[in-house]
Amino acid sequence: MIMNEWKELTLQGLWKNNPALVQLLGLCPLLAVTSTVINGLGLGLATTLVLVGSNITVSLVRNVVSNEIRIPVFVMVIAAFVTIVQLLMNAYTYELYLTLGIFIPLIVTNCAIIGRAEAYASKNPIVPSALDGLMMGAGFTFILMLLGGLREALGSGTLLAGADRLFGAVAENWTITLFHTDQPFLLAILPPGAFIGMGFIIAAKNYIDRLHAAKQAPASKTVTRIRVTAEQ
Amino acid sequence: MKLTLSSSPHMRADRDTSQVMRMVLYAMVPGVICQSYFFGWGVFIQIAIATIAALVVEASILAIRNKPVARNLSDYSAVLTACLLAVSLPPALPWWMTVIGVIFAIGIVKQLYGGLGYNLFNPAMVAYVVLLISFPAAMTQWIPPAPLHAVTLTFSDMLHLIFTGYTPSGLSLEQGLQAVDGVSSATPLDHLKTGLTQASTYNELLTSQVYEGGPFVSSGTGWAWVSVSYLIGGLFLLKTRIISWHIPVSLIVSIAFCATVLHLINQDIYGSALFHLLNGSVLFGAFFIATDPVSASTTAKGRIIFGAMIGFWIIIIRNFGGYPDAVAFAVIIMNMAVPLIDYYTQPRTYGHKGK
Repeated sequence: MIMNEWKELTLQGLWKNNPALVQLLGLCPLLAVTSTVINGLGLGLATTLVLVGSNITVSLVRNVVSNEIRIPVFVMVIAAFVTIVQLLMNAYTYELYLTLGIFIPLIVTNCAIIGRAEAYASKNPIVPSALDGLMMGAGFTFILMLLGGLREALGSGTLLAGADRLFGAVAENWTITLFHTDQPFLLAILPPGAFIGMGFIIAAKNYIDRLHAAKQAPASKTVTRIRVTAEQ
Repeated sequence: MKLTLSSSPHMRADRDTSQVMRMVLYAMVPGVICQSYFFGWGVFIQIAIATIAALVVEASILAIRNKPVARNLSDYSAVLTACLLAVSLPPALPWWMTVIGVIFAIGIVKQLYGGLGYNLFNPAMVAYVVLLISFPAAMTQWIPPAPLHAVTLTFSDMLHLIFTGYTPSGLSLEQGLQAVDGVSSATPLDHLKTGLTQASTYNELLTSQVYEGGPFVSSGTGWAWVSVSYLIGGLFLLKTRIISWHIPVSLIVSIAFCATVLHLINQDIYGSALFHLLNGSVLFGAFFIATDPVSASTTAKGRIIFGAMIGFWIIIIRNFGGYPDAVAFAVIIMNMAVPLIDYYTQPRTYGHKGK
């Protein structure tokens, strides 16, 4: 029973209800920082940390906070965790901190986080909430890295460039060079490339879903999907 | 005598899509010939590369979408898009950049939006903008027009330059680009843009060799003749009623008006109306690009607004923007406004009162 719930949470976060692919939340950082894999991974990890922390805390206080003031409380909790993550990144991954810039404090405004607090953590016990936060964060990170990888490979012909900014000196040689060019495909690195790439990733996800659905055709048709729609 | 009985409409248009597309292609002939006279074989090579790529991309995406391949290919719309893009590109552009442009034009802008008739944007112009912002260096390397060539490039020179980056005798693109005086040549609009940043005035800049031999004082060597020959093709399109007069006329009038106003305000910085009409791709854009039946406005009043606004944006971007020419940007901006324009310019239905 519990295993089933956990499996469902994992599946929801990583695929079925992926915050980036299906809910289309947090698009602003998603499109802005995914020029390389490492930038995507860095922001993804930061967001995941905040998501897990805020989900646990919101779940802890869910019976104490009255309904009318829940949103300000959630925002304060999230802001507190973002501050912690920001200070940690400032201390340990300073160069990455500089590269990501304003998008670290802006994690506060990421709708995926307050969306999970509101839709899941405020109604469920701590452990599932933590798992939900972890899986939503992992799903978000996965898309950030995928889009970052696509844009980095097309735009600069490398992968994992600047890995040392996240992993320290060990990672200095991790950069994979796919090809050399004097005339890089700048569109991939510029913002329009992010939108076009994102469109293709969503299309690929829908295509895979359709293939999957066609394979197990009329098996079970009732899929209830929690869709959190909010303006960023 | 054969009597036929048929329901309305009794008058049928004698042209289908493929005929219209072919007529536009024929109308491009004078412009293409003139352009290749001044800029060499590269124009034809680019057209060939783009056309082949367009047919391959169109056919493969139609196959993926389970649409009839042969029927859609034979409407010539892909060929026309390819040709419109190819003549906009610098003649010595590396072949793979042209192919990327075509993939964007046909694959993404046209087919992903639903194929011919459904695209929001002008495919050729989006592809041009994609290439321009992706490869700014290569996209601004125009070969100097014929009278200013330092090196005359033969057909095989151009072929090698496009496919390998070097001519058989080992000249690189940069060397091929040199003008007679050894200075790398720029397009007239580019020349003005750079010159103005170096504190020269408009009239001083007009004395450069880039402007020698044009039909008017302010028109670039070769460039103005190319513009005029596209105008001839455009007039043919008007005559045969492939396009209506609204868009080209309002676009040209708007450019003349906006340019003159600015020119009167400050003659040192802003070019005259003739300068803006004959340099760059305004006349080509007015007749061949902005009149795209799919992505342009469809009402008569709307077309006038559409053309006039394109002209306005061209002058604004040319004079105040970062890029020397702006036809592609202006067309794309106004493509976005087309649904709004069409919504507010619906003609009165017969038998109904106006708004």
